[in-house]
Amino acid sequence: MSCTNKRHILEIDELSVSFLQYENSRSSRQIELPVISKLSVSVHEGEIVAVVGSSGSGKSLLAHAILGMLPYNARTGGKIYFNGELLTPEKIREYRGGRIAFVPQSTTYLDPLMKVGEQVRGGRNSSGGKDSGRGGRPSGGRRNDPERRKKQRALFARYGLSEETDAKYPFECSGGMTRRVLLTSALMGNPELIIADEPTPGMDLALAKKSMEDFRAFADEGKGVLLITHDIELALEVADRIAVFYAGTTIEEAPVSDFASEQLLRHPYTRALWRAMPQNGFQPLPGTQPYVKDMPAGCPFGPRCENYSRECAGEIPMQRVGCGTVRCVKYHGEPLAVHEHHA
Amino acid sequence: MLKHNLWFAGKSFLRMILLLIAVSIATFALVSVSPIDPLQANVGQAALGSMSEEQKEKLRSYWGVDTPPAERYINWAKDAARGDMGTSLLYRQPVMDVIKVKLANSLFLLALAWLISGALGFALGVLAGIFRGSPADKAIKGYCLVIASTPAFWLALLLLIVFGVWLKVLPIGLSVPIGMEAQDVTFLDRARHAVLPAVTLSITGVSNIALHTREKMIDIMESDYVLFARARGESLRDIVRGHALRNVLLPAMTLQFASISEIIGGSVLVEQVFSYPGLGQAAVTAGTGSDVPLLMGITLITAAIVFLGNFIANLLYGVVDPRIRRGGREG
Ligand SMILES: Nc1ncnc2c1ncn2[C@@H]1O[C@H](COP(=O)(O)OP(=O)(O)OP(=O)(O)O)[C@@H](O)[C@H]1O
Ligand code: SF4
Ligand SMILES: [Mg+2]
Repeated sequence: MSCTNKRHILEIDELSVSFLQYENSRSSRQIELPVISKLSVSVHEGEIVAVVGSSGSGKSLLAHAILGMLPYNARTGGKIYFNGELLTPEKIREYRGGRIAFVPQSTTYLDPLMKVGEQVRGGRNSSGGKDSGRGGRPSGGRRNDPERRKKQRALFARYGLSEETDAKYPFECSGGMTRRVLLTSALMGNPELIIADEPTPGMDLALAKKSMEDFRAFADEGKGVLLITHDIELALEVADRIAVFYAGTTIEEAPVSDFASEQLLRHPYTRALWRAMPQNGFQPLPGTQPYVKDMPAGCPFGPRCENYSRECAGEIPMQRVGCGTVRCVKYHGEPLAVHEHHA
Repeated sequence: MLKHNLWFAGKSFLRMILLLIAVSIATFALVSVSPIDPLQANVGQAALGSMSEEQKEKLRSYWGVDTPPAERYINWAKDAARGDMGTSLLYRQPVMDVIKVKLANSLFLLALAWLISGALGFALGVLAGIFRGSPADKAIKGYCLVIASTPAFWLALLLLIVFGVWLKVLPIGLSVPIGMEAQDVTFLDRARHAVLPAVTLSITGVSNIALHTREKMIDIMESDYVLFARARGESLRDIVRGHALRNVLLPAMTLQFASISEIIGGSVLVEQVFSYPGLGQAAVTAGTGSDVPLLMGITLITAAIVFLGNFIANLLYGVVDPRIRRGGREG
């Protein structure tokens, strides 16, 4: 595999996200609650990268961090590159909705008081290329633009949303319909990167398949997809590489082919995930992911790891292995140099 | 749809009747524990002087301490149900006539204060909510907190001293120029007299509406759908116009109609300070002068107005909110 000479569309280098919170309800002192630390993941051109991890491992926060959607009290560290260019808050504001599209996780992401068709048409119009924020037409105008109307209708039709759906309010749509609406809103523009946060739950199988085919076709044009999911099987079916999250960090990035057998996987947690899959024996891993407030020193997986030893309590560096990475002291790969592709 | 609305209106009407009965009983109970016998009180005496023996007898059976309170209430309620609210002891006129005149005076003042405080409070709240943490937000929040802890009558006195006494730009009291014939009073005269009390009521009313609107606006600006609108590349202007204002309108409407009761409550003190001959002042006079029939009438009217406000808010909700407009029939 020649992944190293492919261009990076997205590269995340040691991202950290923490929340400022009051210590308790009476105190006025704020503490910093780290929820993501040293998270690194990348998407190359033509690639679908699936982010898998259990609930609360920081998958949605990663998407929100890329898109500059974190709440008021969040603090971030680390660097995010888009097509080799550092994504500053200004650049994010310029690109999101245009070159970077987003499919949110929950159906609460639709305005309850606006008809869904209108909402999908309201985003930025990126087809012109230079419509970047302030100079753009107000979305009130874009919502009625005949071109966008046509595109929205075509996308809705593609996903089996009838003409009446255009004029429905979110509360009138079923869960599956809302998912499709959210998905089409990402396809309205002409993005180079789609970040999709659990886009398929609630969709029926045929439509879920179709959306995955669309992602595949999209990636094959030399673009990138970051597909967030907790469904490893789905990830193995459509993705090129899998990034495994655990307690707010990436513990392994591996090509899908490595999931063919347990021996090809490097990290004990990824192996445990592999063993938990139905076709591989369905053995669940006992215990739960640690909560941020009682994160162990050193390896976050330590308390559940059968290979735990003293060295695991120290700093665990990320190492490069072929097309992937792994974060475990027991594995000896090449040291990781994140910037090699930008130099 | 029509059937649904009729059902809603009927239910509301029934609720209003129950509310009015409850309010009248409560008022009556409070008055009847008062140690003053209305008929023995000075004002009561003066009123009695000019009444026929028959009228006095009726009054005595109504309000005298000899009659048990429950019986007095039933007497009053029987007449009230027929639309006869009795005669004001102080004004020596039917209660309804007194209320009509006073309400007409107050209505202008109340409506002005209600509209100004509503519009201004909404605008300030929206602004502060959008630009949370900015100097503008801090200024608005500071202003609201200071005003919220300032007594209305104190503010009224302050304005009175500044504009009426020092600057002499506005009249210090009453609703029309002193000694002017009623037919010579122009709209401008009335407006000039209403300015200070209306401004006082508005200034105090703004703070509550602005603070609540701000809270709602902050929630909306942090909501998932505004986040997603940002992620789709909508500008702040698009977000405010397309999503935020739409969504803040519903709670703002509720606030606005709920503030009617606060404006009326505030007007009692403010009218007193400005000697503005409105409903609020009449309520104080009736209370201190033990004019029970008038007091009962005023309480009922204001309760009805407040109730009507909430009723209108509910109707408007049905028009504005698609979840009720479209969903009401299915769900
Ligand atoms: N605003 C916030 N303040 C404090 N903690 C937060 C906040 N938002 C998220 N978190 C915490 O961050 C962690 C990661 O949350 P995130 O939503 O990214 O999980 P996820 O991997 O997307 O989970 P799921 O599969 O359930 O969607 C969780 O432990 C969550 O409690
Ligand atoms: S670093 Fe140690 S504890 Fe962590 S996964 Fe590797 S062996 Fe297990
Ligand atoms: Mg999530």
